[in-house]
Amino acid sequence: MTGVKPDVRAEGAILAATDTAQLRGEIGMVERPRRAWLPFSPWHFLLMPVAIVMLVPLLWVVMTSLETLGQTQHFPPILWPGSFQWSNYPRAWSSVPFNRWFVNTTVVTTVIVASNLLLCSLAAYGFARIRFWGKNVAYFFLLATLMIPIQVVIIPTFLIVKQMHLINTLGALIVPNLANVFGIFLLTQFFRTLPIELEEAARIDGASRLKILFTIVLPLSLPALATLAVIQFLWTWNDFLWPLVTIYNESVFTLQLGLMSFQGSHVNDTNLLMAGNVMSMLPMLLLFIAAQRYFVRGIATQGLKG
Amino acid sequence: MTNVVFEHVTKVYPGPMVAVDDLSLTVNDGEFLILVGPSGCGKSTALRMVAGLEKISAGTISVDGAVLNDIPPKDRDIAMVFQNYALYPHMTVEKNLGFALRQRKTPRDEIARRVQGMADLLGLEELLKRRPGQLSGGQRQRVAMGRALVREPQVFLLDEPLSNLDAKLRVQMRAELKKLHHRLGITTIYVTHDQVEAMTLGDRIAVLSAGRLQQIGAPQDVYDRPTNVFVAGFIGSPPMNLLRGSVAEGRVEAGDLVFEREGVRDGGVVVGVRPEGLRPVGESDAGPGFEVQVDVVEPLGDEVLVLGSVAARDAGVRIETEEATLLADAGTGDRAAVTVRLAPDVRPSPGSRLHLAVDPATAHLFDANTGEAIR
Repeated sequence: MTGVKPDVRAEGAILAATDTAQLRGEIGMVERPRRAWLPFSPWHFLLMPVAIVMLVPLLWVVMTSLETLGQTQHFPPILWPGSFQWSNYPRAWSSVPFNRWFVNTTVVTTVIVASNLLLCSLAAYGFARIRFWGKNVAYFFLLATLMIPIQVVIIPTFLIVKQMHLINTLGALIVPNLANVFGIFLLTQFFRTLPIELEEAARIDGASRLKILFTIVLPLSLPALATLAVIQFLWTWNDFLWPLVTIYNESVFTLQLGLMSFQGSHVNDTNLLMAGNVMSMLPMLLLFIAAQRYFVRGIATQGLKG
Repeated sequence: MTNVVFEHVTKVYPGPMVAVDDLSLTVNDGEFLILVGPSGCGKSTALRMVAGLEKISAGTISVDGAVLNDIPPKDRDIAMVFQNYALYPHMTVEKNLGFALRQRKTPRDEIARRVQGMADLLGLEELLKRRPGQLSGGQRQRVAMGRALVREPQVFLLDEPLSNLDAKLRVQMRAELKKLHHRLGITTIYVTHDQVEAMTLGDRIAVLSAGRLQQIGAPQDVYDRPTNVFVAGFIGSPPMNLLRGSVAEGRVEAGDLVFEREGVRDGGVVVGVRPEGLRPVGESDAGPGFEVQVDVVEPLGDEVLVLGSVAARDAGVRIETEEATLLADAGTGDRAAVTVRLAPDVRPSPGSRLHLAVDPATAHLFDANTGEAIR
């Protein structure tokens, strides 16, 4: 199906439209002119070398994970070891509590994604639809916090979490991230594009505000919710700095934190580190393949890198 | 008995902008009342206040004597059809129809029975499993009506429900709506800017302009006896021809048009003549009338519309329907625009002159200052 890819503008239309059947029609109609002399767009001549440059580090990671320790320290780096050390993977898995970290990370990520979907929806619906005193000011300040880098708030947040006696528990990772401003922003903007008449009709039909949110607004916002879920998953799964600050007990480590233990002050098991890296990347890779277009949309919505 | 009473209802938006100004009227039990007016006249706002979607700034709206002002929409037992139908896109027709009943915790078999009944009534049986996106405009329209009617509301509100349909379907749906109302007898308020819908559908029509009620009455009454120059210019298609003139000692004069009318005070007037009230005559005809300079001829099959101009001592009067200003004069110098409706066999050529007779008894007179009809 070359040439039937929806372009970014069509994605924008999808974000705004609500009529799913109509959407299906529109996607089908975004047909590029066919080129007789090339099976793909000439842009690919530019994109392919760039993609290779981007992929080399990834390849290096995978290859290093299959090398012996000696090979990893060789210079220039070996990008194609003669024999593959597949045993690095079980070794990496068993030499550290990988199981535990995997479960920890999954728990933290799942809770955070779920709570963000719920809490951001509630907040965003309020900002999008309910008239209340100080709404615009509150929304403005909320958005302003997006400009503050995490390094600035890391100490105050640490102190709050400490007072809650959550340091060195999964709660320390979960509680500060139960809702985030980006999610509120994303959903508010999306909810505003939904036709207000649908909600008015539901009000007349006897639905309460919450009922309207859950039976009308959210089902129509699946694209935005999927985008938020995917981005939140990515952020949480990959987070390193905050776990590093709040967690010191190995049994509470997340994957990203745990991988650090291959990089001690005396030994550097680079091959095992890379094997662990590959394993921690897999869920995200799978998610990315499954939800690629939501990633793209999320980045397009943010206007910055994801 | 379900009547809807507006008492001094006013809606002021921040700004301040008065959308509805001291509206008082009664919609009788089982009546089909049309709120008609140009866009921005406050008719939709009035309807939305009945539905509870807008707060009432002053005055009261009551149904059967119970004041609605502070009752939330869901407790009003009122159903509404929106201009764009507002069908829930992610639900099937069946779920759309049953939505209101589910919110009211109606037993499941009762919901199924009523949804089926409504589908039968509106011819939707085949469509129950489809989603709104898979329906044509006319089908969506019917689903929207079904969704509103399925819970057997006391009052049925329609906000320009036919305006998104093509012309042919609109005529068909108009007839269906009328039949449906006849059959169900629900008190209905219908908002439109289309005066053909207003004339054909309503038991009575209420003409609104700039938030104020201009006239309320049976469609033919409003057409025959407009209370002011705005209603005269708004109801009727093509609209009534309006010419500035004056009265002196019972003699009405507007450009070339001169006739006698007893009991009218001297002063400035606006003379109104319907396009069909003009009859082509020979040049020698001595009765009241005028000569039209023909600009455009529009043959419509069953009739011919002639657009032209007549001599007018003052500027002609055009009613700016979109702005709803009374007596806005947009005439050019000493010519006033007129429209004439002729039999299909009369075909004047553009540029020619046409002598037309006016029956003085059918001519309307309005006060030039207030715009009120002079009877």
